Amino acid sequence: MQLIPCPWCGPREEAEFHYGGQAHVAYPEDPSALTDEEWAQYVFFRDNPSGPFAERWSHSAGCRRWFNAVRDTRSHDLLAVYRAGEPMPEVAS
Amino acid sequence: MTFRTSTGGAIDRNTLLHFTFNGQKLSGHPGDTLASALLANGVHEIGSSVKLGRPRGVVAAGSEDPTSLVQIEAPFSEPMLLATTVELYDGLEARGLAGQGRLAALPDPARYDAKHEHCDVLVVGAGPAGLVAALTAARSGARVVLVDEQNQAGGALLGVEEYLDDRPSAEWVADIVAELKSTPGVLVLERTTAFGMYQDGFVLALQKRTDHLGFAAPATVARQRVWRIRTKQTVLATGAHERPVVFADNDRPGIMLASSARTFLHRYGVLPGSRAVVFTTNDSAYCAAIDLAESGVDIALIADARPEAPARLATECAARGIEVRAGQLVTGTEGTSRVTVVHVGGEKIECDTLLVSGGWNPVVSLFSQARGKLRYDAELGAFVPGEELSTVRVAGSATGELDLNACTRQGRDAGAAAAGAAGFASGGQVPLPVSDSRCTARSGLVLWRVPGDEDASFVDLQRDATVSDVLRATGAGLRSLEHIKRYTTIGTAHDQGKTSGMIAAGIVAEALGVELEDQRPTTFRPPYTSVSFAALAGRDRGELHDPVRVTAIHPWHVAHGALFENVGQWKRPWYYPQPGEDLHTAVLRECRATRESVGMMDGSTLGKIDVQGRDAGKFLDMLYTNMMSNLKVGKIRYGVMCGVDGMVIDDGTVIRVGEQRYLVTTTTGNAAKILDWMEEWLQTEWPHLDVHCASVTEHWVTIPLVGPKSRAVLGEVAPDLDVSNEAFEFMTWHDTVVAGVPARVCRISFSGELAYEINVTAWHGLAVWEALMAAGEKYGITPYGTETMHVLRAEKGYPIIGQETDATVTPQDLGMSWAVSKKKPDFIGKRSFARAENNRTDRKQLVGLLPVDPEVLLPEGSQIVETDRLPEPPVRMLGHVTSSYPSAALGRTFALALVRSGHERIGETLYVPVEDTLVPVTVTESVLYDKEGARRDG
Repeated sequence: MQLIPCPWCGPREEAEFHYGGQAHVAYPEDPSALTDEEWAQYVFFRDNPSGPFAERWSHSAGCRRWFNAVRDTRSHDLLAVYRAGEPMPEVAS
Repeated sequence: MTFRTSTGGAIDRNTLLHFTFNGQKLSGHPGDTLASALLANGVHEIGSSVKLGRPRGVVAAGSEDPTSLVQIEAPFSEPMLLATTVELYDGLEARGLAGQGRLAALPDPARYDAKHEHCDVLVVGAGPAGLVAALTAARSGARVVLVDEQNQAGGALLGVEEYLDDRPSAEWVADIVAELKSTPGVLVLERTTAFGMYQDGFVLALQKRTDHLGFAAPATVARQRVWRIRTKQTVLATGAHERPVVFADNDRPGIMLASSARTFLHRYGVLPGSRAVVFTTNDSAYCAAIDLAESGVDIALIADARPEAPARLATECAARGIEVRAGQLVTGTEGTSRVTVVHVGGEKIECDTLLVSGGWNPVVSLFSQARGKLRYDAELGAFVPGEELSTVRVAGSATGELDLNACTRQGRDAGAAAAGAAGFASGGQVPLPVSDSRCTARSGLVLWRVPGDEDASFVDLQRDATVSDVLRATGAGLRSLEHIKRYTTIGTAHDQGKTSGMIAAGIVAEALGVELEDQRPTTFRPPYTSVSFAALAGRDRGELHDPVRVTAIHPWHVAHGALFENVGQWKRPWYYPQPGEDLHTAVLRECRATRESVGMMDGSTLGKIDVQGRDAGKFLDMLYTNMMSNLKVGKIRYGVMCGVDGMVIDDGTVIRVGEQRYLVTTTTGNAAKILDWMEEWLQTEWPHLDVHCASVTEHWVTIPLVGPKSRAVLGEVAPDLDVSNEAFEFMTWHDTVVAGVPARVCRISFSGELAYEINVTAWHGLAVWEALMAAGEKYGITPYGTETMHVLRAEKGYPIIGQETDATVTPQDLGMSWAVSKKKPDFIGKRSFARAENNRTDRKQLVGLLPVDPEVLLPEGSQIVETDRLPEPPVRMLGHVTSSYPSAALGRTFALALVRSGHERIGETLYVPVEDTLVPVTVTESVLYDKEGARRDG
């Protein structure tokens, strides 16, 4: 059972959290201006890197806040957590 | 005949414990395991093998034993326990198994629980290395937890007669345990197996608290406990298991690991037999032979596979009249229920016991689970920890080190390092004991198998997997140990290959002509030993398995005979059968009463979300496909929500409570999901919006009052309310007093009938329900459940999210284009409606189906095909039936279905395969009853 350091509550067990997929994929400013392909990229396509990956988490059984984390997908190690709206910190992979 | 020694062992010879094995009455002593008691009575044949039915006995003395599986019959039936790990108690009844047990037919009456524990240093294993590690860490002031699977500390020392610092090792062990137990902040857990090691220092351990008490176990004490340990640092002192050598007919009862025989002697005072042959590749079996000889066992021969026997040990053997033959192999055995003859170098030697040692496998299971890399040690012939981890250290024979003095030194270093890493300075050195041991197992020869009958050379005794099976796998082209494990099933039994895995790897490497250094061992996974589901479930059984949610009116439903259905965690009345009624007749009655007079139901489980803030309207406009911000205070609008892909995720009504306040309802099962959905968008995309959401589901009791007489009933209980159609229009709400209680009444209909939804605080819900029942009595007011609700809404073609939809259905597919705004510049899902995929004319669309025979009820989920005869497969499926009911209002059966190009097919005849027939059905619009909507206003 991994510990996830919620930026609001501190380290808590992963069972308290809900996964939210890739971070920093903004809802498009004007969806109607996008081509079908551009829109499909937003709706259906996400990165799947081997290594550090910025992703969204929600502390759903705790403070219920969304935040971002950089996780190494090879080891599950969380390299950084940061609050929504904050820029992604530099991490050493 | 008894094989019990007259002295020695940690057993109480003055007390008799009576037990039954395979119907035979036997006795043993406190301190015995079932296995040691059986061996003391000369019982070696425990069960038979799973595939071939060959007799099987006891191979090892501990949890690594592959064969001694028994079923406990009393006090409570429990399958697949190892006789070597069942502590004997009076009245025990057990039966040997033919490979597999059977589950108890009755619920387990015992309690199980779980406990959390936090510590600085966790030490797994209370052998010499673990004890020194734990004491070193404890003296530094660290919070220490020491877990050990045995009922007493000592580890390998329990199985030998060794002196430490010139006194019996048990005294040295007792001193350390006493100091640990008296140190504040130290927890010593006996009978506790760390069975899983996970990330961030999380370790699960199973403690057997009262198993050993048998019938005397107090009912109030949890029988087993799962410890959920979170530790900063871990020292793994998990020891090593002796491994056998594979040869022909190596599976007969009486063939045992040499060190295990030594353990049975020293710990339990039990001799394995009268006359033994010893077959070894290393020194350690000599000690077993010498100890057993001194206890009266006739050692017929030591066959040492090495070209030369160790001089000093050979001399000791000679002094005791034990013959040692170097360069000799055991090539086969004879016997039926017990070994009687051993073949050595072409000679047949009579005996009743064959002791085998093929070297030692460090127990690296937990280290590997902690993602530590393993390395093959060619001298040892085993995988050993191959790297250092920052939070997990390994000490003792788990590292491959088999010398006791070195093991305790490792324990001290690991304990100090772990405590240091957890922030504790050294609290003084623990003195290391000096051992008088004569044997080391290093200096061994790595030997996996002796050539011979490959069909009878067993690699995994529990799985009946032989050398032939391994060679068949490699012959078929398999090269990876993971694949071979799955192909042969080696290592997949209860013992997870503790004695067989390494040998299998060795035989594979030989067969493939590769080096073990280049082979990756199979992944070790939890649990290390078998853990019962009852222990894992703990208290989360029966009523405590999952919370049950009931409404404020629930007691009334129970009192009035409702049957319930589970909707998420909610208990909802399903229908209210009267005497003699089944589901079918009750629902027809409830439907008829509601459409013809008045009915009511408990709709309290409906999800309710209070949405407030300056931007609440703007927010809801993005969430719903239709416009909500222009809804006037006092009005209600039905709305549909989609995901960004344009697929329907929920529907419900939106009530405008005030300029900056809306009350949103969701389907019962989606309440939490939709609140999460709202929070996700508010927090991650639109944090600038001033909107706050709160679940108010449980604050309100909601009672839909439905049918042509609902106006009259409401008028009676709400005297302040003008219930006329002009004053109280459809899709509006009024705050008023109902049955003397403040209430919000909404005119909403989910049945097409004139209907009201009465909302009061949950506290008053039951009283208002009863007042409505009383007021409606003269109209025959009828409570109805979810089944009637489903029929009434289906007759009107109203979809249920999750029944008519499955995350591939758009509002347009449901015929709800009217609920999709053309004016709003954007909302979630809008852009997807313009995708080519969403505009295909052959999408599955919601339609009604009328079976040509009005008596035929289509099974929900049935497929729909185009032709009256099934063509050769694959048959093209047009869709499926989503809802199907008999209808009182229609006087016939009907169904809703998702059908390819359904909207274009109205009027067509399609076919539904039901068992062996094809049922013809006519496609209709989804609205089947009161198409013009004449009943809405009463």
